Amino acid sequence: MVFFHALQINETVCEGCSHCMRVCPTEAIRVRDGKAHINENRCIDCGECFIACPHKAVFVKQDDFEEIFKFPCRVALVPAVFLGQFKDDISVSRIYAILKEIGFQHVIETEISTPLYTERKNRMERESNNKPLISSFCPAIVRLIQVKFPGLVDNIMPIKAPLDITAMFIRQKLEKEGWRPEDIGVFYVTPCAAKIAAVKSPVGEKRSSVDGVINMDSLYNRVYKKIKEQGHDYKEVKLPIAQLTSDSILTSLTNGERRLSIAEHSLSIDGIDNVIEFLEKVENDEVEGVDFLELRACDQSCPGGILTYNNRFLTCERMFNRARYVAGKERRGELTRAKEVAEEHDYLMENIMVEDVEPRSMSLDPDFNKALEKMNKIKILEKLLPQIDCGICGAPSCNALAEDIVCNGCKLTDCIFIQRNMESRKSMKVEKSLQIMEKTWGREKIENYIKSKFLKNKK
Amino acid sequence: MHLEYTVIEGDFVNAGSASSSIKKTLKQLNVNPSVVKRVVVALYEAEVNAIAHAYGGVVTADIDAGKILVRVIDKGPGIPDIDWAMQEGNSTASPEVRNMGFGAGMGLPNIKKNVDRLNVQSTVGVGTTVEMEVNLG
Repeated sequence: MVFFHALQINETVCEGCSHCMRVCPTEAIRVRDGKAHINENRCIDCGECFIACPHKAVFVKQDDFEEIFKFPCRVALVPAVFLGQFKDDISVSRIYAILKEIGFQHVIETEISTPLYTERKNRMERESNNKPLISSFCPAIVRLIQVKFPGLVDNIMPIKAPLDITAMFIRQKLEKEGWRPEDIGVFYVTPCAAKIAAVKSPVGEKRSSVDGVINMDSLYNRVYKKIKEQGHDYKEVKLPIAQLTSDSILTSLTNGERRLSIAEHSLSIDGIDNVIEFLEKVENDEVEGVDFLELRACDQSCPGGILTYNNRFLTCERMFNRARYVAGKERRGELTRAKEVAEEHDYLMENIMVEDVEPRSMSLDPDFNKALEKMNKIKILEKLLPQIDCGICGAPSCNALAEDIVCNGCKLTDCIFIQRNMESRKSMKVEKSLQIMEKTWGREKIENYIKSKFLKNKK
Repeated sequence: MHLEYTVIEGDFVNAGSASSSIKKTLKQLNVNPSVVKRVVVALYEAEVNAIAHAYGGVVTADIDAGKILVRVIDKGPGIPDIDWAMQEGNSTASPEVRNMGFGAGMGLPNIKKNVDRLNVQSTVGVGTTVEMEVNLG
C-alpha cells in the first residue's frame, strides 16, 4: 500500500543539494541522478524538507482553486490561524467579506467544534487506562507515531480533529437546509502539508467530510490582493454562526488543548525533534505518571505551519489578543453561544470517533527471519562504512546506506571512502568513481564541475 | 546477531541506552510492538538494577530464530537469597538509592512478569547474572 503525501519535489528546480535529506526525521529522502526523491511510505508530511530547501524546490500539491466552482454550495473552512496572518487593523469581518466575494457562500471557522472535541477527549481521559493518551490533533504526529513509534499507536486518541467535526457539522446543517450532499463542497484552508494528507488519505476513516484543500499561502495572496484593491472602500460581514470562544481561538496554539485537559499531569510539546526525543522516552516506559500529551510537529504549533505567511510569533500574538478580547466579552456575558453546533451535539458525538490507528511498519522485511538476515548484513556493512554520515552517497547516514545496500540495490562502492580506498589499491579507476558520483549527483552537475574548475586550473 | 553494551555504576543519566538500542533493532525486525515493549521494560529494569544496586556491568543481547536472549552481567555485590529477592517488596537497596526513588523491591518481579524465561544466578562478592529470554514470533 502506498500512502498519500502532499510534499513533492519540483525536479526542474531541485539542485540535488541534499539539505532536505539531512533534516528529514524519518530518513525518507535520497538523492539520485542529481534530484531529491521522497519515499512515500516514510514521508509524514511534517514539512522539515520544505523549510530546509534553499531553492524552493519542495512544494505542496494543492487542489486547483477553480475546483470550488464545481459545487453549487461552497464552504470555506477557515482555521483561526488564517485570521492571524493579517495585521490587527484588518478585521475578521472584513476578511470574511472578501472570502465571500471570491466565491464562497459560507465561511465557517474550523475551531467552532472545539467544545465538542474537548468534551469527548476529556471523557476518554477519565475512562481510559492507556496512559499517556496522545492527542490526534496534529496529523503529522499521528503519522510520525505510525511510522516511527508503532508501539504507541494505541495511545493515540481515535477522535476526529475539530476540522473534521466542523466539516460534518456544516454538511449536516446545509443538508437540513435542503442541499443535496453531492452539491456541497467543503474546502479547508490548510496551514500545513500534513492536514492535506489527513484529508486525502484519512487515518482510521474511510472518507473525509472535506472535499478539497486550499493552501493558506495561496489564499492569503488572493485575499491580500483584494485588501490592496479595496483601499478604504470595503464592507464587513458578520458570521451567521456565532463567534469562537476564547478557548476555541487558542486550540491550535501550543498548550491550546492542554489548558482544557482534565488530566492531572499533561505536557505540550511542539517541534518534531522535541516530540521524537520525548516519544523515545515514552516508548521505553521511562516516563511515569503522565496522563495526556499534546504533541505538535511545528514550532509554535499551527502558526508555524509551512503554508503560513506571517511570522509564527506574530501570528500567536494576534491570536492571543483576539482570544483576550473575546474573553472580556465572555466575562461580561456578551458573547452569543454557538447554538447551531450545540443543536447537532448528539449527531456529531455519534460520529466523532475514528477507527483505531494502525502502525505503518518501517521494518526491513515482513518476515522475521528474512529481516534478521538483512539486519546481520547491515551490521557487517556498518563496520565497513566510515560512520561520519557525510551524505555523499546520496543517503542521509552510513546506517541508511547500509540499509539501502541490503534492501534497495545500492552498492558499498557508493561510499566515497570505499572508492578512495579502492582507487589507492588500484582496484577502481577514477573514471568508475566519477560514474558513481554521476549516478548520485547527476551527470550534468559533475560534467559542469569538471569543465568549469578542473580545466581552468589546467590552463 | 550479537549486541553488547557497558553499564556504569551510578550512571542513572545513561540508564536505558541499551534498551533503546535493542528496541530500535527489534522494531526493524518487524517484531510485534507489544513484544518489543515487554523486552524494553524488562531490560530497562535490569539495566537500572545494575546501575543502582551493583557496581555496573555489561548487557549482551543475542537475537536469533524467533527469540531474544538478554544477559545483564554485573560485577557484584551479589544477591545472598535470590528467592527472597524475587518476592515483591523485598529489597536490599541502600537508603541513598531508596532516596532516589529506586529500591522498592519491584525490580526482579517486574522483569519476571515481562519475559518468557528468567534465570538469575548470583555469587555474593562476585556478581549477579540476570538472563532473560523473550519469544519474538
